[in-house]
Amino acid sequence: MADRVKVREQEPKVRAKNFEEVCYGYNEEEAVLEATRCLHCKNPQCVKGCPVGLHIPEFIAEVKNKNFEKAIEYIHLDSSLPAICGRVCPQETQCESKCILGIKGEPVSIGKLERFTADYAREHGFTDKVEIKKNGKRVAVVGSGPAGLSCATDLAKLGYEVVIFEALHTAGGVLTYGIPEFRLPKEKVVNAEVENVKKLGVKIETDVIIGKTITIEDLLTVEKFDAVFIGSGAGLPSFMHIPGENSNGVFSANEFLTRANLMKGFRDDYDTPLKVGKKVIVVGGGNVAMDAARTALRLGAETHIVYRRSEQELPARVEEVHHAKEEGVIFDLLTNPVEMIADENDNIKAVKLIKMELGEPDKSGRRRPVEIKGSEYEMECDMVIIALGTTPNPMIPKNTKGLDTDQKGCISHDEETTATSLKGVFVGGDAAIGAATVILAMGAGKKAAVGIDNCLKNK
Amino acid sequence: MFKIVKKRDLAEKLVLFEIEDERLSKVAKPGQFLIVRMDEKGERIPLTICDFDAKKGTVTIVVQEIGVSTKKINAMKEGDYFLDVVGPLGNESDLLELSKDELAKKKVIFIAGGLGAAPVYPQAKYLSENGVKFDVIIGAKSKNLLILEDEFRKLNCNVYICTDDETYGFKGPVTNVLKMLCDGTLADANYVTDDGKTVKGKDACEDTSKKTYNHCVAIGSAVMMKFASLMTKELGIHTIVSMNMLMVDGTGMCGACRLTVGGELKFCCIDGPEFDGHKINYDEVMKRQMQYSTEEGRALLKYNEGDTHHGGCGNCGG
Ligand SMILES: Cc1cc2nc3c(=O)[nH]c(=O)nc-3n(C[C@H](O)[C@H](O)[C@H](O)COP(=O)(O)OP(=O)(O)OC[C@H]3O[C@@H](n4cnc5c(N)ncnc54)[C@H](O)[C@@H]3O)c2cc1C
Ligand code: FES
Repeated sequence: MADRVKVREQEPKVRAKNFEEVCYGYNEEEAVLEATRCLHCKNPQCVKGCPVGLHIPEFIAEVKNKNFEKAIEYIHLDSSLPAICGRVCPQETQCESKCILGIKGEPVSIGKLERFTADYAREHGFTDKVEIKKNGKRVAVVGSGPAGLSCATDLAKLGYEVVIFEALHTAGGVLTYGIPEFRLPKEKVVNAEVENVKKLGVKIETDVIIGKTITIEDLLTVEKFDAVFIGSGAGLPSFMHIPGENSNGVFSANEFLTRANLMKGFRDDYDTPLKVGKKVIVVGGGNVAMDAARTALRLGAETHIVYRRSEQELPARVEEVHHAKEEGVIFDLLTNPVEMIADENDNIKAVKLIKMELGEPDKSGRRRPVEIKGSEYEMECDMVIIALGTTPNPMIPKNTKGLDTDQKGCISHDEETTATSLKGVFVGGDAAIGAATVILAMGAGKKAAVGIDNCLKNK
Repeated sequence: MFKIVKKRDLAEKLVLFEIEDERLSKVAKPGQFLIVRMDEKGERIPLTICDFDAKKGTVTIVVQEIGVSTKKINAMKEGDYFLDVVGPLGNESDLLELSKDELAKKKVIFIAGGLGAAPVYPQAKYLSENGVKFDVIIGAKSKNLLILEDEFRKLNCNVYICTDDETYGFKGPVTNVLKMLCDGTLADANYVTDDGKTVKGKDACEDTSKKTYNHCVAIGSAVMMKFASLMTKELGIHTIVSMNMLMVDGTGMCGACRLTVGGELKFCCIDGPEFDGHKINYDEVMKRQMQYSTEEGRALLKYNEGDTHHGGCGNCGG
């Protein structure tokens, strides 16, 4: 079997100083060559590994035959955001982890092929050809992240009049404010996807906070929507609740990334300030931690990742960890902060860390980190970024009578229909299951579109 | 896009804007705030909703010039547009949750320091409209920095003015006046009138009797709220303050606005902006508010002087 076609990337030394996309993706020749590696299994395991069951062997066969338009049609059957998922999905734990080729060698590069197909389609103006017959019904979508965008897309295709309400001033959710430019280009990829949604007739109203500017109840009564989909994400950052955490120079990853991505604080011509230290400690081991660390690194800081388990347990995509290391991010594994130490002006100057070892597996199946007594030490720094996960924002449940949530603050819903405890209100994405992935959010948006359609079409 | 329908200079570096926002004007409540963004490159700036008019479809804000962004905003003219206005954010004032009977039992003192008069105003107006009489202390560094006096005087209340430099009213700070009101010494205190004459309190104010209060709303700088809260604690007056933290999104997404209240971590934008004044860690708040002061100073100098400013002047930390 031929080796996997290597994907071209920016040199680590060069890219560590810029915000251009790290991975160049395949060109046509490379994509076709990689596509020939697919065995077209009768019973394709990769599809089982994909949360939305993408028609993987079919689209790869079309790539192999250079029928790129046909390839994208196969992808569009299940996904509305392939250029994004091709870039940010954790393929190594999903589709590619199931590929038969992976047993002996390297699996087919499904993600890179998806990305190539989507980019090719965009560059060649292949659009989703659908005839839309308006059905006269209206649906309000809350939030313009992947869940909201995909739900709106499918509903618009079914003939619904859809309005997306977004709290921030730009659409895209985490794709816009969280994931950095060097991993997911905003203008070229995210905005293009948002524009595609608008081309289907979907209206996007920014600067509207549902629960505050308009309540869910008013959407259904005063504004006369027939149903509401909540895709408000899980944006509330968690903190550690350790001494010194409110010192100046200690940020949540969301704040740091929002200042950089959404507000473009690193550019001189934008007004939002963005502080970057000389030595930055990022706490956490997920995608968010990698993004924050690599952003700080690009802004000139010596950057450390402090994570309480070992490398194996790092929840981030393998590619991100690999890229972060190549670029020079330093990993301090099996360590955990116990205190943040500030100077007399309350500016952070060091973090007190404790060494950890792995004990018995916990509920998640991962080995639980245990503190090693007496192993505390201090690491100097002038900035700390906390990336320990986020939970659903309580704003909507708090301001919506009768909308039930579970203990974690996720909006309760029916697995099949995505219906919530309120009639005519549906939910999906991080708001429903807690911080997860783009593909799960997109899949949930699609599922909700079906649920909403089933509920409304017989009315 | 949100049109500026009225602009009025209230005092040095303090400008009032009335902005068209149909939706917001109908749902805004006293105690809440909004966020504006002037243009594509602008910051998101949180500002208290000072007034709202559902009939006209407008909301009113007061902007104090402290950095580049606020300086740019205050240079905007009637007929100009804000790119973004979003709100209402934060919770409405506690007073709105009380029934008419409960309100009638409240003996309320509002304490407004400087720009704090803007967020105090809609709450005072609410009480006035509900037939509750109350007292207001408006303080400022100097007479030319005092705002909204005429607006307050039209409400159902006694207004007590003070300035730190004794250019108008009683001698500041506001806590000085609060103390005199509560121990009944205001009548004989010196008072500088509008035309600069020094008289006694009883000659200038309608009501200088000894007061007791059971509810205080104090809004102004963190230092002012700290000292006001220390005093009301001694006097046993329940006190609400409105915190003005640095913010980015205003929707609970970033934690830039976090502060410690009663030993617990709170987000000003979704848990506040009003909190129990006796539970705030003010020293932490003051330091957090200064977080970007050097960057802001440098940016302002650059804005004022063009690109020629590259630090080293000793004024900017650059
Ligand atoms: C830094 C970072 C990196 C990540 N990297 C990856 C990755 O590599 N791969 C991956 O698969 N996943 C990644 N994720 C996770 C992924 O981005 C999320 O799971 C996904 O975006 C969730 O989609 P969503 O549509 O549910 O919510 P979001 O994308 O969070 O969108 C929700 C939107 O709703 C808006 N909103 C919230 N409340 C209201 C309201 N009351 N009214 C109106 N609008 C509202 C928000 O402003 C936001 O725009 C990452 C997340 C972060 C933060
Ligand atoms: S301003 Fe971002 S959480 Fe309050």
